[in-house]
Amino acid sequence: MSEAATTTTMPGPGADAAAPARTAPPAERRGASARNIASYLQAAPLALILFVFLLIPIATIVVVSFWDYDFARIIPDFVLTNYKEALGSSVTWRTYLNTLRYAAIVWALTAVIGFMTAYFLAFYVRSATMQMVLFLVCTVPFLTSNIIRMISWIPFLGRNGLLNSALIHIGIVDEPLEFLLFSDFAVVLAMVHLYTLFMVAPVFNTLMRIDRSVVEAARDAGASGWQTLTNVIIPLAKPGIAIGSIFVVTLVMGDFITVRFMSGGQSASVGLMMANQISLLQYPAAAANAVILLITVLIIVAAIIRLVDIRKEL
Amino acid sequence: MRQPADVELVAVTKRYGDTVAVDNISLKIAAGSYCCLLGPSGCGKTSTLRMIAGHETVTIGDILLGAENITDQAPAARGTAMMFQNYALFPHLNVRDNVAFSLKMRGVQRAERYAKADAMLKLVAMETYAERLPAQLSGGQQQRVALARALVTNPSILLLDEPLSALDPFLRIKVRAELKRLQRDLGISFIHVTHSQEEAMALADLVVVMSDGRIEQAGPPRQVFEAPRTEFVARFIGGHNIISVDGRKVSIRADRMRLVDAGAQPDTRTVVVRDVEYQGTSVLVGLAADDGDLTAVVPDRVFFGRPFAAGDTAAIAFDHADIHELAASA
Repeated sequence: MSEAATTTTMPGPGADAAAPARTAPPAERRGASARNIASYLQAAPLALILFVFLLIPIATIVVVSFWDYDFARIIPDFVLTNYKEALGSSVTWRTYLNTLRYAAIVWALTAVIGFMTAYFLAFYVRSATMQMVLFLVCTVPFLTSNIIRMISWIPFLGRNGLLNSALIHIGIVDEPLEFLLFSDFAVVLAMVHLYTLFMVAPVFNTLMRIDRSVVEAARDAGASGWQTLTNVIIPLAKPGIAIGSIFVVTLVMGDFITVRFMSGGQSASVGLMMANQISLLQYPAAAANAVILLITVLIIVAAIIRLVDIRKEL
Repeated sequence: MRQPADVELVAVTKRYGDTVAVDNISLKIAAGSYCCLLGPSGCGKTSTLRMIAGHETVTIGDILLGAENITDQAPAARGTAMMFQNYALFPHLNVRDNVAFSLKMRGVQRAERYAKADAMLKLVAMETYAERLPAQLSGGQQQRVALARALVTNPSILLLDEPLSALDPFLRIKVRAELKRLQRDLGISFIHVTHSQEEAMALADLVVVMSDGRIEQAGPPRQVFEAPRTEFVARFIGGHNIISVDGRKVSIRADRMRLVDAGAQPDTRTVVVRDVEYQGTSVLVGLAADDGDLTAVVPDRVFFGRPFAAGDTAAIAFDHADIHELAASA
């Protein structure tokens, strides 16, 4: 009862390229280098786009974050005052904490709602056609613009809005609920509404890849529905949850329009703070904030990737 | 360990909407026997197995295990364990946790469940791979882990859904022998679904040949091979020719056919040799007769004493004692 262990290890791209080069005669080696040039050429368009539209702007922001400014000008320089002011101000810290709080609440809600929706689509909807139809229904809100979707909450949640009128009419409350609009509640509600789909899509994708016989094997082993969920399905859905989390956290951390509209100017987020600085022409200060925000988000994403191996999903 | 127990299917029917997958079958599998459900794809053998396992509901009928009616019990409450066709190992758990999974579900403490899992892994000679993930194992190794995982609950019946189909032919024969030995050592019943008649004959104490949701014949392999009940069984089990004698269809084993010169003997049928396959101890001769194609298996010494080539005209002869009457299909 013994056979050779055949582990499936993927040779790295380096090893793959080096192996033929070592043994190949010179003529074939030239062929190999021609193939290398071809693969560089194939990667070139995307690399160029990323360089021009991603790397250069970020580099510019980093450079500008060290410049000086006064009420009317920005002055090329190398000063640390922008960072000192940003990090030394308690307003910045409170704003960051508030933004992180939004991110945590919205992440938790979208994770639960998104997982439940994806689970329903993947495991309860039997026909593939119905799955596709219902998945498209999830994307219907995205057929209108972000702003319109947000604004449409206002007549619904407002002091004399639909919800308050209905509640008063039914007799559940005597006077309008004030917390429904222009509050943290409204901000979180709108963000969950906007971003849940970004959790549903990747989680649905991982759930669809779970071999159904694995779920059956869990049942055969005596696992209850809940035990199957916590011991098999959620562990196998982790890469999808991680990807969804990266989307949601990144979007919430950078958001300013939802916070401005739904909080009625009563709450702040980092994005909103930067938008205000830009409107006051304080570009270097905004740039310094952008760099700090970028580093914060990168740390969060790095932490998520460290926790969960998302490569399985890519 | 649970006691070995008889399995009995009583008039079991399975319908999926309007499609009848299993049509009113009754079957008794004695405790401690190796039973093979044999048939072409879509014959209802897998549905039958899954009903015994509790992964499909029974539309009509009852399934008994020992004295207990298990028709409506949950899979894990039945005392059955299933080994899935693609093994269905949990990809995120290592080999030991895979085997210990059902114990964990029952709330067995870690030390105890790991001890039991390691004992099971030892039984299938996989104890050195306990830390590996399923993706790091070969097909044969995964199969043994799946076997250990199914056996860890001490089932009285082990259900195997095409357990050998994912293995290469060489390994298949080796694992086949291991399965048989394991069944004998454990003393419990194995119910094994397969579409390979060779596998069924090699393993089974009881072969159940199924077609279109019905049982065509159930019996020991030798009985099924020597006395196929219907034309379907004779064709599916292989090694038989179906010929008409006096307007009736009868079967006759291919190795009981004698190949002779045309006109050399009375009471023969003239045929044309279509192809000749040398198989070592015997020669497989494909023949075209008036009422269809026939096959003769001729011992090598006899064949090379009077060889035939493709295109030759020959005749077949057989003893009347070798003619086996067939019943109409059920």
